[in-house]
Amino acid sequence: MRAQRCKGTKDLSPEEMKSFRLIEKVFSDSCQRWGYEEVRTPTLEYLHLFTATGTLTPSRLNKVYSFLDWDGWSGERVVLRPDGTIPIARLYIDTMAGKKPAKLFYITNVFSFEETGKETRERWQCGAELIGAGSSVADAELVIVALEVLRKLKLEDIELRLSHSGLIKALLEKLKLSPGEQHRVFDQILDGNAEVLAEAGTRNPELGRILKPLIDLKGKSSGFLRNLRALCQGDLAGLKPAFDNFIDVVDTLEAIGIRFQIDMAAGRGFEYYTGMIFQLFAGGQHIGGGGRYDALIPLMGGRDIPASGFALYLDHLMNQIKPDTLASPPGPAILIKARTRPAGILPEAFRLADRLHKAGYTAEVYLGGQEPANLRWKIELPGKAPQFILTDKVNDKKCELKTVREILALLKG
Amino acid sequence: MKHPLWPHDNQRGFIEGTVKTDNLKIALPKGRLLAETADLLQTAGWGLNTYHEGTRAYRPKSEMFPGLLAKVFHEKDVPIQVAVGNYDLGICGLDWIQELLVKYPSSALVKLRDLGFGKGTLFMLASQSGGLSTLAAIRASRERVRLASEYPNLAESFALEQRLRQFSVFPLWGAADGYPPESADLALIAGSTGTGAFNHGLVPVSPVLSFSAYLIANKNSWESKDLSALLHSIEDTAGPWLAGKRRQDEGKFAPVTVANERNVTGKRHTSVATESMVWLALPDGHQQKPTIELLKRAGIKMDDYPSATGNRRPTSSLPGVMIKVIRPQDMPLQVANGNFDLALTGRDWLTEHLGQFPSSPVTELLDLKSGRVRIVAVISNDLSAADIDGLKELYAGQDISIRVASEYVNIADKYARDNHLGAYRVIPTWGATEAFLPEDADLLIENTETGQTIARHNLKIIDTLFESTACLIGNKDSVAGATKSQRIKSIIKILRAAVENV
Repeated sequence: MRAQRCKGTKDLSPEEMKSFRLIEKVFSDSCQRWGYEEVRTPTLEYLHLFTATGTLTPSRLNKVYSFLDWDGWSGERVVLRPDGTIPIARLYIDTMAGKKPAKLFYITNVFSFEETGKETRERWQCGAELIGAGSSVADAELVIVALEVLRKLKLEDIELRLSHSGLIKALLEKLKLSPGEQHRVFDQILDGNAEVLAEAGTRNPELGRILKPLIDLKGKSSGFLRNLRALCQGDLAGLKPAFDNFIDVVDTLEAIGIRFQIDMAAGRGFEYYTGMIFQLFAGGQHIGGGGRYDALIPLMGGRDIPASGFALYLDHLMNQIKPDTLASPPGPAILIKARTRPAGILPEAFRLADRLHKAGYTAEVYLGGQEPANLRWKIELPGKAPQFILTDKVNDKKCELKTVREILALLKG
Repeated sequence: MKHPLWPHDNQRGFIEGTVKTDNLKIALPKGRLLAETADLLQTAGWGLNTYHEGTRAYRPKSEMFPGLLAKVFHEKDVPIQVAVGNYDLGICGLDWIQELLVKYPSSALVKLRDLGFGKGTLFMLASQSGGLSTLAAIRASRERVRLASEYPNLAESFALEQRLRQFSVFPLWGAADGYPPESADLALIAGSTGTGAFNHGLVPVSPVLSFSAYLIANKNSWESKDLSALLHSIEDTAGPWLAGKRRQDEGKFAPVTVANERNVTGKRHTSVATESMVWLALPDGHQQKPTIELLKRAGIKMDDYPSATGNRRPTSSLPGVMIKVIRPQDMPLQVANGNFDLALTGRDWLTEHLGQFPSSPVTELLDLKSGRVRIVAVISNDLSAADIDGLKELYAGQDISIRVASEYVNIADKYARDNHLGAYRVIPTWGATEAFLPEDADLLIENTETGQTIARHNLKIIDTLFESTACLIGNKDSVAGATKSQRIKSIIKILRAAVENV
């Protein structure tokens, strides 16, 4: 029977893990500097945690890995975590309620069925959540942290696209759809089809006047939104508060000097968002996003507390970064070769390795097979005088040494 | 996929057939759709010798297409067998096709044609007397909504589409109409089109799916094989027959048995149900006969069990006991959930339940010593293996999985694990499991009384897992007041005396 990797899963090679750990490190360093603390939630959660808020679309819930646990006779299903934010909200309600603000970050895998099995069904995210701060400044801080990480990762062609869930919902309300239809249209927008909003606009010419420029054009300043707000007269006056909130956030970003594009169709998957939504792209690839989700924690049975957050997609970032430009290559390695007899030489080889590690070198005991690629020095333990024979492969030199101290001096010199 | 242990099965492929249908395979339904499917294929000229009601043969031969392998399955198994590629074509209801596709949308299955017969509608039903009898009330519910159905995937899909906040789906073997309102809030049930009346005071909350019989194909077969001779016979020769089915459409459907007043009992029962009431589940189907005998010996008088009108709530001479009639397969789960205090089922189904949920509180209270069967491991007579180790040896070093077919998925799974079957697959079945050997499974876990059915299908028993008899089960964690505990004890005592007085 051939050993097979499960369909839709991925192994990470030593090379890929180097990129993975680099991104993790840059991300967690940045978060910690901004006062965020790391948390980790379990891989298994109850399905109802994700259905209870009524915020995830049926098409997303249909791709959740759910099953009955060994004690699931009540029919209560458990899932492999399909989303990063909802478990953090659960953790906050469980153990941190009252902490304000709670600044949390996490590095986690999320699971979602992908039909073809060609793309991975397990994806990794670096996320940060800011619970308890409702201002536009909080939204701006998350954008700043996310952009800082991308800058430190030396990514090029970074694009920030902004949208606003409150504005989309207010527009949908104006379309006067039946509740069922409204759900359907909203679900379609969430699943990435923004054109249904434009289509719906053709049914209401008054609204179409705002919808067309809002959806077709891409704004580059808060002026774009102010212009549209000016059109909100009469029946459309109800749209103003959503515009006001959006303009508030955009003003803050503008004042800090962050460049952005206003794009109402900015991506999918903002199910629980209530306010500003942002999506990040690098080299044309979608590498992350986030937004404000003030209703989520109360919907989950927690206190009425505002929150916002973002996540970066590790798998996509790994394609984009150039690891060599981010970290210095590992130092040269030392290989210790000892005779197996007489007894007592091998333990000495391990003691030598330990001394070298403590002195900051990369040293390993030879166990047969291929020699490491970045090998520079070889130290042989012949089991008789002289105690050590050291070969410098770069300078093609060989010398005989009696003590570890002599070795250290020579390596240093 | 070619099966290395069954080379003779593939040899036909090397002989150039004169008819293009050699080596093609079709899965045909038993049960509800059998009569009309047989009629259709007869009209199409297939001349299937043993495909008729009451048949015990699973492999009818076609006079017109001698090389065609036709096999008869439980209707629910047909779309699965076609999707996994064991069969090129199949006939079954759209309800079972959708039950598969809603959970596994990438299944390799093509819907070729609506055959126009076997029409019905799946309704989500609630009890008139329950709190959740409208879609709006269900959607607004903050409590866990319990859905019971033979169609668990469609029920789950309904729950997700309706954005229910918290729900449980009870997959059932049958008798879903007996569940609301006490044992479930909603039941997804097949009914005839155009009727609003259901048994037991149930009201439709929402239609979920209209269905009829379909001709389906495996996607790869459709793309790569020549199925045209079979399709021509159905489309051309049986064309007028099919057109006739379409014309008959409306009008023909009789409403499902509308309960008489006495049977619309949901309201009455819930109003008298109290904390001290004992809930007892009795079996339907062929388990009814031994149960009736046992109750008779115990001196318990029953009214309307078995019921000619499909009433699932018979009454009895036992004071303070509510009785519902459900499938024995479904009882352990219902007892685990506290929907019933006592149930008469088989040890096989209790073992199956505990295989899935090892820490379940359900326990055997009394061996009723009737309905004795053995749960056995079965293989084809054509295999040389004499026991399970011999079977393992046959497969050792082969790059294939042992396919274990069973109605008892969890018992089969545990048996495969305990016997180190290596890479194996469990294929769930819904009856007629013997038909799966040898082409569609390698090993069966089956129950048998005499072993005759197994022998008749050219199969042999290589292991006995355990013996099963009817038993009374209960919930060891249930917390009951003094009156209720006393009532439960007294029922156990009466039944024990009846068992011992044979």
